[in-house]
Amino acid sequence: MSGRAPRAGVVGAPITKVDGPAKCAGQTKFADDLVLPRMLFCKIHRAHVPHARIVNVDVSKALAMPGVIAVLTGRDLPIPFGILPVSQDEHALCPDKVRFVGDPVAAVAAVSEDAAFDAMNAIVVEYEPLDPVFSMHEAAEGRGHHLHDYGDDGNIHKKVALEFGDVARGFAEADEVFEDVLFYEGNTHLPMEQHAALAMPEPDGKVTIWSSTQTPHYLHRALAKVLEMPPSRIRVIACPNGGGFGGKSDPFNHEIVVAALALRTGRPVKICLTREEVFYCHRGRHPVLMALKTGVKKDGSITALHFRSYLDGGAYGSYGVASTYYTGALQTVTYPIANYRFEGARFFTNKPPCGPKRGHGTPQPRFALEVQLDKIAARLGMNPADLRLKHLVPPNSLTANYLKVGSMGLGPCIEKVVAGSGFREKHGRLPRGKGIGLACSSYICGAGLPIYWNAMPHTGVQLRLDRGGGVAVFCGEIDIGQGSDTVLAQFVAEVLGIDPLDIRLCVGDTDLTPVDLGSYSSRVTLMMGNAAIQAAERARELLAKAVAAKLEIPGERVGFGGGRVYDVEDPSGKSMTFAEAVVLAESRFGTIGTVGSYVPPPSAGRYRGAGVGPSPAYSYSAAVVEVDVDPDSGWIKVERVWIAHDVGRSINPVLVIGQVEGSVYMGLGEALMEEQVFRANRQGVHKIPSMLEYKSPTTMEMPDVVTYLVEDPDPNGPFGAKEVGQGPLLPVPPALANAVYDAVGVRVDEVPITPEKILKALDSPQKRYGPTRLPRVEWPETTRVPTPWEGGTGKALEPEKAAAPAAGPIGPGGVRS
Amino acid sequence: MRRRASRPPAEEPRTIPLRLRVNGEPVEVMAPPHHTLLEVLREEMGLTGTKHGCELGECGTCTVLLDGRPVLSCLVLPRACQGKPIVTVEGLQRGAEPDPLQRAFAELGAAQCGYCTPGILCAARDLLDRRPDPTRDEIREALSGNLCRCTGYIKIYEAVELAARRRTDPQARPSDETLYGRRS
Repeated sequence: MSGRAPRAGVVGAPITKVDGPAKCAGQTKFADDLVLPRMLFCKIHRAHVPHARIVNVDVSKALAMPGVIAVLTGRDLPIPFGILPVSQDEHALCPDKVRFVGDPVAAVAAVSEDAAFDAMNAIVVEYEPLDPVFSMHEAAEGRGHHLHDYGDDGNIHKKVALEFGDVARGFAEADEVFEDVLFYEGNTHLPMEQHAALAMPEPDGKVTIWSSTQTPHYLHRALAKVLEMPPSRIRVIACPNGGGFGGKSDPFNHEIVVAALALRTGRPVKICLTREEVFYCHRGRHPVLMALKTGVKKDGSITALHFRSYLDGGAYGSYGVASTYYTGALQTVTYPIANYRFEGARFFTNKPPCGPKRGHGTPQPRFALEVQLDKIAARLGMNPADLRLKHLVPPNSLTANYLKVGSMGLGPCIEKVVAGSGFREKHGRLPRGKGIGLACSSYICGAGLPIYWNAMPHTGVQLRLDRGGGVAVFCGEIDIGQGSDTVLAQFVAEVLGIDPLDIRLCVGDTDLTPVDLGSYSSRVTLMMGNAAIQAAERARELLAKAVAAKLEIPGERVGFGGGRVYDVEDPSGKSMTFAEAVVLAESRFGTIGTVGSYVPPPSAGRYRGAGVGPSPAYSYSAAVVEVDVDPDSGWIKVERVWIAHDVGRSINPVLVIGQVEGSVYMGLGEALMEEQVFRANRQGVHKIPSMLEYKSPTTMEMPDVVTYLVEDPDPNGPFGAKEVGQGPLLPVPPALANAVYDAVGVRVDEVPITPEKILKALDSPQKRYGPTRLPRVEWPETTRVPTPWEGGTGKALEPEKAAAPAAGPIGPGGVRS
Repeated sequence: MRRRASRPPAEEPRTIPLRLRVNGEPVEVMAPPHHTLLEVLREEMGLTGTKHGCELGECGTCTVLLDGRPVLSCLVLPRACQGKPIVTVEGLQRGAEPDPLQRAFAELGAAQCGYCTPGILCAARDLLDRRPDPTRDEIREALSGNLCRCTGYIKIYEAVELAARRRTDPQARPSDETLYGRRS
């Protein structure tokens, strides 16, 4: 199945996206495009205070208004939910407490959107104020009432301390030790489509929900829990997402609310959030403050890294525990780190909850690490490209924290962008105001473990072959624009030798399709792809048997291609159409249907926290950014970006390039302008909950991008493919920061890098702008794990043994130095 | 999707008749007088191809052509459109034949999630009607009011350029770099 030589055909071809023509004709039905007879409209009344106990919710006026059919409050939906089993801390409507401006309190269903809006405004909520907490520093100082009655320490939601090897020993062996503090501001997904959901009650007591969700399966589970209904009576249909980027990966309160209202009223109920509400849904990039202490030898090899991250999580858990671990997980998969220590803390604050945004928890640490490496290269007098090229994690190796690296194409990526951009000729040599910067990164191709523990497949694909030659493909995946529908069709078409147009997809429907965990963690191409290939190969076997008997040839001589099934030794003589082959197979075996599924390989780490980071494969990216910075105004113009991405193998190169370009765009937005920020002096209201003021790059800011695809096939990838949807975002912010330094000689250790910050850095004696202060956190007892090159097994030491680490200086790869 | 308390002014009737010309056809509908063209197209006419992203005139998603020029349908009252032709994404194709822009956008993956696509296609159609062979900078300028979060705009530029080239050379093909990336 995996890693075998690709056949010539649709895999690797830049075919038209299967959903492209409908999207360009305006025919694709997004959730808010759906309309049902007798449909009601829902509006949600939201908290206008950041932190308060709910004393009373008076819905009497709203209920009495014309056209209002039902009103729900927190009492109607008392069961909590949340995406992670350890953070079941949200309610569809807040029953007793609100935790940020925008928290949902009551919901109205009315015959028109206007009537629902007016009724929503007629709801009166009486609050008893609680002290809010708006920053990690305040939370660490113990200020503000506790948001939740769970968590590791007051308003500290989660604390983590892990050590692989012995960083003290690593620092002792280092020639130089570097310490930096950096900050990555929070930002939001800003999908063009506002979240929408439509629920339809069925006469037999069941309910169907259409939603713009990236994770229909998790929504299905949350609905069953909160509505107290068997999952078999609930059907979730994910509509094509008008952009997701992680922002539609949580089960949301409004999805549960419309389902409850539909069941209550017996009528379909739809909600479409306003743009302002989308900013409150959030689940976007965590603001992360980071402290790095890095020991290096004169040749640039890293003897120890001590990485601390502080995440401002907002009001709820969301994916936050996973996000926290992710800020410490992937530092090790690019350059060998002999000894590694990670401490992370996530704080509850009275702001919309943060969660997974493209790159989930890893762009922040990657920014910090790659900016610090640039500083290290400067101090050691090395070219930043050489520093990286000389110290690449070898393929097929284990990192200090037990991540299994398979194919590793970072070297060729660096060489492509360095050569293409003229980096060696330009770096340090451009006139003042002009600069060039380099950074690299890596990302997972699907999380090795599911969100809730189970031993079942992460994805399943089912095929049904029609006598007319058509193939119906069923899979729980949902296309959020990344092209997953297209690669699904390509995999099946490739194996069966047919045209993708002969395939009918049925996706993202919990009643009809096998579970796929969802469009997150860059998992779909790899996991769904392997399942699709397995299902298609099983169908091909049946067809081959039937055809071999008919043509009187051995089964292994049956070939598939060009819509025909033939004898590979006599393709023009002994051959038939694919439809004829299906007829033969169906005549012999009955209805032709097959299934395939995929479970990731077991991970090597067996310590607590080892669940975050393992992946069947890792993608790699390198980017060079060239900038023009005006030292008088601080204005930054990005001239051009060169980016190379190791995608393993391109299933559809034109779509891969589209993902790379989109990632560069989003990375530039985060690096230059995007920020989700709040007014602490105004009850924590969002500063800029609109698309005009939340600045994102337009065509006028977007530079040209030169994209190189590097193909280093991974044995775990379908036809060798790895991810591309998220990874290429990661190198962009640090490459930009490094380019700004090259241009004007100042370090802005914080994104977004704005003209004001550049001017402040130019005016400062240290020629730097960035954070200096860290919240005080009592770290928990460290989980100590001997590295593979210390003879570790992936297990943590027992606490008493942890005090005495193995003796002797040892380097990564098992080499004693 | 509505973002505001939405009620006709006291002196206005609840609904008024509107005579519009949409995608070449006369349409008569009743709608509240304060509902925007966006709302009337989507809710009264079922033309849900026109999307919405903000309803404040910020994102360009709801762009349609009014009298041949792009307008933000969330900021236009339909009463002001009577007598002027309105074209939505559904009206870009000629019969069963997609507009060259629609074909090129689909071919190059310029529509990823596809949500901003209808508005961008309308803005691009206006550009090509005025400037059959636009430069990259003219395309940037023409689409600067349309946000896209997926593509980084590059495949969109390339699709507009491809559609423009096909006006004179129907066989025009995208470049290898567009399809496969730069080789060296």
